[in-house]
Amino acid sequence: MSILAYNGGAVVAMKGQDCVAIATDKRYGIQAQTVSTNFPKVYQMGPTLYVGLPGLATDTQTVFQRLKFRMNLYELKENRIMRPKTFSAMLSNLLYERRFGPYFIEPVIAGLDPYDNQPYVCNMDLIGCPNEPEDFVVSGTCSEQLYGMCEALWEPNLKPDELFETISQALVNAADRDAISGWGAVVYIIEKDKITEKHVKTRMD
Amino acid sequence: MSNINLQCLLGIQCNDFVMIAADQTNSHSIMVMKDDEEKIYKISDRLVMGVIGDSGDTTQFAEYIAKNIQLYKMRNGYELGPTAAANFTRRNLAEYLRSSTPYFVNVLMAGYDKENGPELYFMDYLASSVKVPFACHGFGGYLSLSIMDRYHKKDATEQEAYEILKKCITEVHKRLFVSLPNFQVTVVNRDGIKTLPVINSASLK
Repeated sequence: MSILAYNGGAVVAMKGQDCVAIATDKRYGIQAQTVSTNFPKVYQMGPTLYVGLPGLATDTQTVFQRLKFRMNLYELKENRIMRPKTFSAMLSNLLYERRFGPYFIEPVIAGLDPYDNQPYVCNMDLIGCPNEPEDFVVSGTCSEQLYGMCEALWEPNLKPDELFETISQALVNAADRDAISGWGAVVYIIEKDKITEKHVKTRMD
Repeated sequence: MSNINLQCLLGIQCNDFVMIAADQTNSHSIMVMKDDEEKIYKISDRLVMGVIGDSGDTTQFAEYIAKNIQLYKMRNGYELGPTAAANFTRRNLAEYLRSSTPYFVNVLMAGYDKENGPELYFMDYLASSVKVPFACHGFGGYLSLSIMDRYHKKDATEQEAYEILKKCITEVHKRLFVSLPNFQVTVVNRDGIKTLPVINSASLK
């Protein structure tokens, strides 16, 4: 079994009209045994910038701490906040440094550019190869299911409340078809000057 | 071949205290060398750590962590709380994981924090750390986790928690194919660390 599927978990992010959303499940397990149902894999990295790090849980935590460290240094040196695109480049660089002994995570980035308010989503493989599509990105142990749900539900120019409904349904129904994802979910809707955090109830079996 | 899953660590956190139990068997391959081993280490006045894994690694790692936390207290004049201690332990374990000499240990960290009350941290040998209300390490977890799911409640007394541990250990004795006759039990509350009577088949009668 793959190391990437040792702990389980799923993250998805979507673009909307002047908004983006990112959602994560809450399960932490060791193979089939659920240990905790309070382990979200999405972290806030700036006022309108979030990163999701599904994969091997130890690397979720290590990479988050190293990212936070590099980002704090950047913001102190530059005296301004980081653009999502810059953040992607930084994360990509951090992961590629470990090209031949990688961190076992496949990150998802979602944010609004703090300077021109453009929605931005991006995902990467475990060695930092970025992908910046116009619609949505998925990652985790149920990425196939997530692609199916997003492909069916997503449409251009969704308003924040429509985007919440779309991303929630996509994550919940994809995770329900995966034995090692789910057990609760958190959804963040990111708008120009408003962040909405919603905890979604899901099947607990 | 490692016997990390043949050993057993149990932990329960309630409103007023946190209690952990560890089996006392030291085995090499198919031979039992010892059945009164201490696997719960006192780290500071209100912090204990249960460690199972390869027998040299457990003692070496636990003592390294314990002494460094003591050193921190002497240097800074104040103690590391359970959260800080768990983060410190996690980081060390994570750094050793990717070195040529990783520690093969599973850990439960139990402590009482002045502000946040009792806390229990679950940490596996990959160094993923998560705060939980109850947890198990080893094959005993397959039998004990469902019992804890059924009987754990936030406002349980120390006597009630001890009874839950007894239920788990009864099941380990009855259904687990390895012999783990003795379990030492330690409780941490606002008054400090207290050792409770060993649970074995004689005390379960």
